[in-house]
Amino acid sequence: MSQSTSTMGNEKVKTSRRKFLKNASVLAAATVGYSWLKSSQFLLHAAEPEDKSLPWYGVVIDIQKCIGCGNCASACKKENDVPVEPFFFRTWVEQYTVKNDGSVNIISPNGGIDGFKQTVPDEDIFKSFFVPKMCNHCAKSPCTQVCPVGATYISPEGVVLIDEKYCIGCRYCVQACPYGCRFIHPVKKVANKCTLCYHRLKKGLAPACMEVCPTGARMYGNLRDKDSAIVEYLKEHTTQVLRPNLNTGSKLYYNALSSEVR
Amino acid sequence: MKFYLPPQIPRLAIAFGIFISLFLVLRHFLVPDTFGEYGHYRAASMIDNAKPELHYAGQDACFKCHQDIQDKKSQDVHVDIHCESCHGPGEKHVISSKVGDIFRPSGSREVCGKCHALYVGKVKSTIAQVDLAKHNIGKNCIECHNPHQPWEMKK
Repeated sequence: MSQSTSTMGNEKVKTSRRKFLKNASVLAAATVGYSWLKSSQFLLHAAEPEDKSLPWYGVVIDIQKCIGCGNCASACKKENDVPVEPFFFRTWVEQYTVKNDGSVNIISPNGGIDGFKQTVPDEDIFKSFFVPKMCNHCAKSPCTQVCPVGATYISPEGVVLIDEKYCIGCRYCVQACPYGCRFIHPVKKVANKCTLCYHRLKKGLAPACMEVCPTGARMYGNLRDKDSAIVEYLKEHTTQVLRPNLNTGSKLYYNALSSEVR
Repeated sequence: MKFYLPPQIPRLAIAFGIFISLFLVLRHFLVPDTFGEYGHYRAASMIDNAKPELHYAGQDACFKCHQDIQDKKSQDVHVDIHCESCHGPGEKHVISSKVGDIFRPSGSREVCGKCHALYVGKVKSTIAQVDLAKHNIGKNCIECHNPHQPWEMKK
């Protein structure tokens, strides 16, 4: 291979063309193979959970079932003691109205708590629908990665939580969340977000938003249990996550998601 | 050749030793107990997150007493709507059993209309919708419909 000459440490590398081509092609194949594996992971549930005995929670929202009553947003605030005003939400509903000219009108007055009025005249509407939003409980969440004090994390159940005692309220995570799901709690002055009603899950109850949804548009479940209702649902429906290009490993799956939704 | 240790090395080593031990002592007191048990966070924080009190009791808690409503609801289209969907948070009422501790919706056109008002964005198969501008004007929904059993018409 390499033979060093005695002059000043200069080295002359001797190699054959055949060997060089062989090494180069192996390297290229490995790189391509690795990058392919990496990029297709978002189709799976991203990170492989460590403790297999615990559930790995995911959420499904069926846009066709949502009627925009705002029960979820209202119940969430009551359950988690988030003040009604100022208008910060752990979960909220957006009304999308696609007009005949192709433009999209997105409104969410008071997070949808008081219901919606259609402001676009009927004859201009191409289609209209409601999109409930909440924390995506990403498996590779950008918000937990930026925390300088380790006060936010993905729990072994796949729920993104906040350590309120150690949060310093620096707002890094609020900036980092691509879905706008975090805010600074107006009373506690620390970061706040959807916990998937962790305190309810631990008692075996459904999250408050799912408890009160009159049409059953929301569903949560254990993604690791291949017989669970949520996995069955994901098998039978074409679901999509928001912003898959960001590779956040989102575990909030939308059924009947329109391309207009951001 | 005799090994020669420069005199500043032991001094530096002592200084380093002091700083490192100081760091370790500080670290011992500053790092929270359960930090790093599962990852770069305080594992006890999960216990904190599980602590908050309930406000919504869940439907099963309601049916422990209100068996009659469960029977009524199970016969009609509101079967899948949980009690607290309309009645609001019920944990307080579950504990006290007082009538005043639970919200009683009025059954007005606004209350029912929040879900049932005709709207272009709602899928028809998902929910029955009425045009509030035309449907029995001046009457409250509850005058004809029983909210627990909406198609069992009154009178």
